[in-house]
Amino acid sequence: MLRETLIGSLLLALSMAPLAAALLCLLAPRPRFCEAVNLAAAAIALASALPLPFLVGGAAMLFWGGYVIIDRLAAWVVLCSAIVYFLASLYAVGYMRLLHEDPRLFRFYALFAGFGLTTLIAPLMNSIAIYWIAIELTTLVSTFLVAFERAAESMEAAWKYIMVVSAGISLALLGTVLIYWDGSFVLGPSYQMTWAVMGAAAARMNPVLTILAFLLVLVGYGTKVGLAPMHSWLPDAYSESPTPVSAMLSGALENTAMLGIVRFLGIARAADTGRTPQQVLVALGALSLLVGALFIVRQRGIKRLMAYSSVEHMGVVALGFGFGGSLGVAGALYHMLNHSLNKSLMFFGAGTMMRAYGSKEIPEITGVGRSFPIAGGLWLAGAVGITGAPPFGLFLSEFTVMRAGLQTPFAWAVYVMAILLVVIFVGFMNHFRAMYYDRGAAGPAPAPGISAWCVAPMWLSLVPLLILGLWWPSGIWSYLTSIAPSLSPALP
Amino acid sequence: MLSQPLDPLAASLFSLLAIVSLLLSFVMLASRWLKNYLYAFAAQSWAVALLSAAVGYYGHHPLLYLIAVLTLLFRGLVLPYLIWRIIRRLEIDREIHEILQPASGLVIGALLVMFALAVAYRVAGELHLAQGVAVLALTVMLAMALIGFLMLAVRHEAISQVLGLLVVENGIFLGSQIVVPGMPLLIELVVLFDLLVIVACFGVLVGYLATHAGTTSALKLKRLVG
Repeated sequence: MLRETLIGSLLLALSMAPLAAALLCLLAPRPRFCEAVNLAAAAIALASALPLPFLVGGAAMLFWGGYVIIDRLAAWVVLCSAIVYFLASLYAVGYMRLLHEDPRLFRFYALFAGFGLTTLIAPLMNSIAIYWIAIELTTLVSTFLVAFERAAESMEAAWKYIMVVSAGISLALLGTVLIYWDGSFVLGPSYQMTWAVMGAAAARMNPVLTILAFLLVLVGYGTKVGLAPMHSWLPDAYSESPTPVSAMLSGALENTAMLGIVRFLGIARAADTGRTPQQVLVALGALSLLVGALFIVRQRGIKRLMAYSSVEHMGVVALGFGFGGSLGVAGALYHMLNHSLNKSLMFFGAGTMMRAYGSKEIPEITGVGRSFPIAGGLWLAGAVGITGAPPFGLFLSEFTVMRAGLQTPFAWAVYVMAILLVVIFVGFMNHFRAMYYDRGAAGPAPAPGISAWCVAPMWLSLVPLLILGLWWPSGIWSYLTSIAPSLSPALP
Repeated sequence: MLSQPLDPLAASLFSLLAIVSLLLSFVMLASRWLKNYLYAFAAQSWAVALLSAAVGYYGHHPLLYLIAVLTLLFRGLVLPYLIWRIIRRLEIDREIHEILQPASGLVIGALLVMFALAVAYRVAGELHLAQGVAVLALTVMLAMALIGFLMLAVRHEAISQVLGLLVVENGIFLGSQIVVPGMPLLIELVVLFDLLVIVACFGVLVGYLATHAGTTSALKLKRLVG
């Protein structure tokens, strides 16, 4: 009982803090005040999200008249979002001041807090249709964030973003309608479509219709996640939006949308659908890795490089869930957390260097190590981590996903993954070698001095990443493996 | 699903309205002029609204009357008016950058309908449904979604793309009313919410695109590649 009250109040704080911050920013449009309010909200959200995984037990809990549900899977995804929201808010303080947009800054922070709010609450939605609405809300808010810099490129990116994602999300809606129809043969014409209800009814539902619905939802939310070949909007949006927004899009939004696919996978697995859903997920994951690898090797834009790396890592997560089993699911979930930390670090570094050198092009960024020993060092360590090299967290999670794959009939995907990871490692490191050690044409010297606001979040993401890479606590291991048997929330 | 058996009059009314909507999406496929495109969309929304009212009447779902009114108001009047204003302000009246001739578009559209029909038959066979309104609704729903995607792919005016997306939504909406009329309030929330997105973002973005990027043709949006 006490635990339930505690979780309830944490969820309240988690959602009300960003909401209040967004409103305050609109009411008092003073730039420094808005910074502080958003940062405070992010800190409260993180403080409320951190204890959630410890408190939530094996059974899911309902709150607020059954609209909100929390189980171990949702708590984990919320934690990832909250971490990125906090780190990005910290970074935004330093970064947004460089843009000299003070008069419009309150709008940025209001939208940013709103974006944080939507990514935090979407995983907690109990109804499948309201989850869809929450995902749509994330699009609505983030479009304006992508377009914030108002350059023609940002407009183009925002337009592509909203068109491609809306088209994708309409397919997810079609899938949602079909799964409701499917359920109506079991549950009667009118019922509450929640994750738990559908998971329980799945075994008696028609497998053909379930597969059709799953595929539509996979393509729909897969667009939002950025799985290839639905990733076309992603590099544009990631590279043209302000850097804190890129970090949020990559570290928080991708996981939030992936949750929808995972929940639907849970429903499809409970139905008598055979291997098809997992096969498709593995195929999309392998394709994402391939697309990521091809575009990483010959990339010129520094933030586009990070964007394609996100495509690659979401491919790894999709592979993990596609392989299934406790190894696969635990590896994929661990990968989500590590990727959130590591990709935030990479975007922070990229944004800082982009501002210092005044260019988004890799060839124009030279001698990073000499000019910025601390920030450059952190960024380089992050680059080693993001390619999946030890001793950072992504190494452990990728290794676990590969081990999971070897035990399934999808062993071919593991070999493909191993080869592509080597290609990505070489390609990524080559870009960083060029930026750190090449003596390029003596261009203008980089603007000296990096705000501590920009360096602090890099430390804050690298240190946990290193710890998670050296030591996978057994508590986290058993927590993650307990999610594997049923991806749908289990109500007591 | 609607309770079986249906009144034959109701069944033919539903079928008629569904087929009218499908035909109107072919009108859109065939038209070069943005205004005709827009009128066809408005008419299609009216057909969908009438269908909501009809399903509400015969299926005893009073809530659907409300949806009919909202559909008529938003998709039938407000949205076409807003788009009409954008068309007039930007002085674009026709699709200039054609990838696909309207005639070829119609043929591909017909193929898409056949594909939708095949899928619908397969699903109906699995569910042991009688060949009736439900199969037709599923066909029209899938066909309109596919045609909407075709428009998204082959049209390059920003307005045409918005309309293509709206055709996808109309199709989903139309089908879901016949197939799952009892779905709790959410489907309405969902669709109205979608409208909000379209009005807010697309209205803003079309304006922005014209003033900042200098064109409303997505074909010219080529700064960001690779």
